[in-house]
Amino acid sequence: MTNTNFDPIILSFCCNWCSYAGADLAGISRLQYPTNVRIIRVMCSGMVHPNLVIDALTKGADGVIICGCHIGDCHYLEGNLKAQSRAEAIKLMLQDFGIEDERFRIEWISASEGPRFAQVMKDFTEEIKKIGPSPYKV
Amino acid sequence: MVTLIINNQKIEVEEGTYLLPAIESLGIKVPTLCYHKALMPYGACRLCVVEVQVPGRDSSLQASCSYPIINGINVFTNTERIFRARKVVAELLLARCPDSEAIINIAAEYGVKEPRIKKKYEDCFLCGLCVRMCEERMGRSAIGFTGRGSRRKQETPYGKHNVMCWTCGACNFICPVGKKVQSFTIDTIPISIPDSFNMGLNERKPVSVLYPQAIPNKPAIDNNTCLHLNYDVCGICKVVCEAKAIDYEQKEQKSELNVGAVILSPGYNPFNPELKPDYGYGKFKNVITALEFERILSASGPFQGKILRPSDKTDPEKIAWIQCVGSRDYERDYCSAVCCMYATKEAIIAKEHEGEKLKCDIFYMDMRAFSKGFEEYYIRAQKLGVNYIRCRPLSIKEIPETNNLIIDYLTENDRKLSGEYELVILSTGLTAPGQAKKLAEEFSLELNKYDFCETSSFAPVDSPKEGVFVTGVFTEPKDIPESVMQGSAAAARTLSLLFTEKGKLVKKKVYPPEKDITGEEPRVGIFVCHCGKNIGGVINVPEVVEYARTLPDVVYAEDNLYTCSAESGEKIKQAIKEHNLNRVIVASCTPRTHEPLFQSIIQEAGLNPYLFEMANIRDQCTWVHMHEPKLALQKAKDLVRMAVAKARFLEPLYNRKVKISRDALVIGGGVSGITSALNLAEQSFEVYLLEKRDTLGGNFMKVKFMLNGDDPQKKLNSLINKVKHHPKIHIYTNSQIVKIDGSVGNFSTEFKSDDNVHTVNHGVVIVATGAEDYKPTEYLYGQDKNVITQTELEEKLANGYLQTTNHKQQTVVMIQCVGSRDEKRPYCSRICCQQAIKNALMIKEKSPDTNLFILYRDIRTYGFNEGYYTKAREKDVRFIAYDADKKPEVEKINGQLKVSVYDPVLNAKVNIKTDLLILSTGVIPRDDAKDLAQKLKVPLTSDGFFLEAHMKLRPVDFATDGVFLCGLAHFPKTVDESIAQALAASSRASTIISKEEIELAAVISNVVDENCDGCAYCIDPCPYKALTLFEYMREGSIKKTVEVDELKCKGCGTCMATCPKKGIYVRNFKLEHIAAQIAAALQTVE
Repeated sequence: MTNTNFDPIILSFCCNWCSYAGADLAGISRLQYPTNVRIIRVMCSGMVHPNLVIDALTKGADGVIICGCHIGDCHYLEGNLKAQSRAEAIKLMLQDFGIEDERFRIEWISASEGPRFAQVMKDFTEEIKKIGPSPYKV
Repeated sequence: MVTLIINNQKIEVEEGTYLLPAIESLGIKVPTLCYHKALMPYGACRLCVVEVQVPGRDSSLQASCSYPIINGINVFTNTERIFRARKVVAELLLARCPDSEAIINIAAEYGVKEPRIKKKYEDCFLCGLCVRMCEERMGRSAIGFTGRGSRRKQETPYGKHNVMCWTCGACNFICPVGKKVQSFTIDTIPISIPDSFNMGLNERKPVSVLYPQAIPNKPAIDNNTCLHLNYDVCGICKVVCEAKAIDYEQKEQKSELNVGAVILSPGYNPFNPELKPDYGYGKFKNVITALEFERILSASGPFQGKILRPSDKTDPEKIAWIQCVGSRDYERDYCSAVCCMYATKEAIIAKEHEGEKLKCDIFYMDMRAFSKGFEEYYIRAQKLGVNYIRCRPLSIKEIPETNNLIIDYLTENDRKLSGEYELVILSTGLTAPGQAKKLAEEFSLELNKYDFCETSSFAPVDSPKEGVFVTGVFTEPKDIPESVMQGSAAAARTLSLLFTEKGKLVKKKVYPPEKDITGEEPRVGIFVCHCGKNIGGVINVPEVVEYARTLPDVVYAEDNLYTCSAESGEKIKQAIKEHNLNRVIVASCTPRTHEPLFQSIIQEAGLNPYLFEMANIRDQCTWVHMHEPKLALQKAKDLVRMAVAKARFLEPLYNRKVKISRDALVIGGGVSGITSALNLAEQSFEVYLLEKRDTLGGNFMKVKFMLNGDDPQKKLNSLINKVKHHPKIHIYTNSQIVKIDGSVGNFSTEFKSDDNVHTVNHGVVIVATGAEDYKPTEYLYGQDKNVITQTELEEKLANGYLQTTNHKQQTVVMIQCVGSRDEKRPYCSRICCQQAIKNALMIKEKSPDTNLFILYRDIRTYGFNEGYYTKAREKDVRFIAYDADKKPEVEKINGQLKVSVYDPVLNAKVNIKTDLLILSTGVIPRDDAKDLAQKLKVPLTSDGFFLEAHMKLRPVDFATDGVFLCGLAHFPKTVDESIAQALAASSRASTIISKEEIELAAVISNVVDENCDGCAYCIDPCPYKALTLFEYMREGSIKKTVEVDELKCKGCGTCMATCPKKGIYVRNFKLEHIAAQIAAALQTVE
């Protein structure tokens, strides 16, 4: 059941070249999505250390989403592939911390996919709202 | 001027103005639905009520939009009384128009979800914006109010069509509740302006940005449709634009340039399918062109990436593509070269979108997947269920009730079938650009009969006029990589003419000396932008400024109407000096467009440009949360807090410069290598040209004649002579590379040549090592002397075979795709079809009575070579298609070669006794490519050809800087394509060595020696091979650590994310920085 009063905090790591630009395009196209998302710009999705994701989720973030270029389009050749393999590891680590799998996602969003960015953020926020607040939330 | 007080803040405004703009100028948001800056105030909606206290009287509620300011009044905008009043108004409006999104949003802000009174479901609340718009701005007065009291409504005189209405749609545009005007004005709909970028599939406004990613990303006024420019009415954009950027007086300007060379790249015109009326384009709504479908597939297209058909905007479940519309026909006997692949791509994307349920049929004649990776892509499409039907349908019929389309077609064995489709896409071809004739006249070009500017094989981008170059589809239909290659090739040819002039127009910006901030505590200055109404219209910017001042280390904060204006730039510089700022944050738009501007501004004030951070409160906040101002404000504060958290850690960074060697190394002395070397030498660079064999010339020495009649060996020899006698080219034959060290700008290569060992230093490398012919093992090759390859046939023909007139009638069979397009080598070798047709025509020329059969899978004579395919058919060369799973069989019976093949047209096996069997063998990569790839640390494809940085957009670059690629080493190609790519490689190489030094990226990795224990986890994942492990002696013991090659590192941070011990980081993206941003994001604000 969706908790209507729960206003989750969601962190989104966006790569500079595709997803961050996709987020900008959502803005240029005035596509509305929930205010819960806070974007942190990184150069590449492959730059996001698993510890940062764990750190965020154990310190009160209700959801974390890494966004990178589509496979094959990485500005740094294969950073997104690295991020993808790390995502598997992150999922395993989350189990140890007792954090639900669904609180972490990885998505590929290109610079021309403003609508997709808005949609992904809408869906993810909805999903987090369904799961409820992070168990680590004070 | 009059003075008033708003929320205890004193403000001066012009006399005779109204209250609402004054309040808004302070960044205070007031709800309103009936106010528009460009129209006279009307006071209809009453949402903008505020409390006004005239001195000496009690305060009263007033509609601020229509309240003229009186000197000395005291205004409150945020009291309980106002809230209650607005809530009642919002509730009444909601009851009247409960479906209006704008009203629902405003009501929600005042806590009203359901009105307590009965809902009326009106679509108009009589705000009068449309009436005022029509009268005041358009001067038409075509609509007005009629009736009184509860019967008041808005309509045209007598409710009939009013001739005064010119269907401009301004009333429609301005309506705050989105009422559709045509229902109450006239029976014609407002004039729509088709959006040209989306192929007219949707509409745009007279002021628009061409497409979301256009550069510059600025709107322009279309002078054909703007009513102000045409009839001197409207003009509201000028009133609304807070940046005062609208200038109606701007005129087209002519300028004259003095140039040394001209490059013509006019592109192409898509074929107009209305010229093929049988396909019903323009008549049947659901017959569209592939370019239109391309826009439909695009996320930024007319339907936001949803696959909808034009007639009823439903998603089709059965789509057909018809290939060769406007190509390969009687009038246009050429192949457009790109349509097979774009249709395949569109079908794959559509299937990825829609999944299993979507059926895609492609009607084709020959599937021309001849470029790198294309055949594999074609196979993938088939595996995904894209259905290829070999047939050219003659016409399309429409079922009027459903707007579905019927295609009748014949299968290969003459069976008549019919298919019903919900959408049909015409794969329209490429025709000559519209201005071809004009350009030809102006630059004395010669056009071929299709109006393209065909060029010679040995000078693929040269026009007949010196200094005028032609590129792209203008020379022949071609795909993106070939166009990019030709573009770079034209640049190379230009450089060889104008190298002495290079860089003369570059102006360098000089900055004041940089301030040393070592040891200083962070002093952060924040500039929050209103961006006119873009940010300020949604959130209260001064409140963000107030909040920013409370954040740690922030010593200064201010707001600007436009932080990017020249005036604000001066203010930033002034603030840096006055407040001794050492970190600057701009909270405005996106760093992707504006970071360089602000970095330059702080540099002008003596700060290192990397001491700058942006908070994206527009694109990623107010624009995407327009209806949630409270939450948007909170988020803006969060984003500013996150920026401060990071900015406190920022360090000054420097783009280090390194001196480089300006010589070039070219590996391979075939046509490609020779061309690259010669062009670089013409640009005055020293070139080392290495050839493995004892002579220059490579594979091209085997080409004896050409389709267009050119003499290949004469051309090759003249090229070789030029290279041999060029003083700047140093040729080393019989050479072999021992090792290659270093990186871009400073390579050092050791090689053997004629038993001597040499070492040369060079700044760039060009790989032009070529490829080989496949040596067949099938079809009795090597067992029977009458089974030979095309290359051997060419040699034979050149040496007099079939020259004598008195020989007996011969039969010759050619088998295509020997060693290509099979399981072992899935790629198409691209050139064998042309070679077969070339040799076939030569045989027919020498001995017209020869029986000639070509057994093929698809004939891939792309571009103008299609004409030779037609010619071959006219000369009675017989083409028999065979399937991959029904390959021809060859036997030798009593000394006679017999070829048998299943003919799909006859639906029977055909046996041919032949005198000569020619195998069209594919091109295969060289064995030693792997060795060179390892030495250069560059990748190969799974087929064994060298792999470029990007198949479409960077066809001659490797991902490794300073290494370039051309010729057959990249992929099989024709001589003109090899030459274009070779020129492109030298052009790309010269971008590096034409400078004395190279500037390295500043945001790159750094090793923390104390933390690094030499585990080397980071080394393999590095995509640029920029990390090496090394050991040194520290305090008497061996210490392992990692070293970053600053020339190779690009700062992707893969190493940082891999390191378990914080032993390596990307500058200004340290884990600590990002962790600080996370902590700031999670901190809850009051």
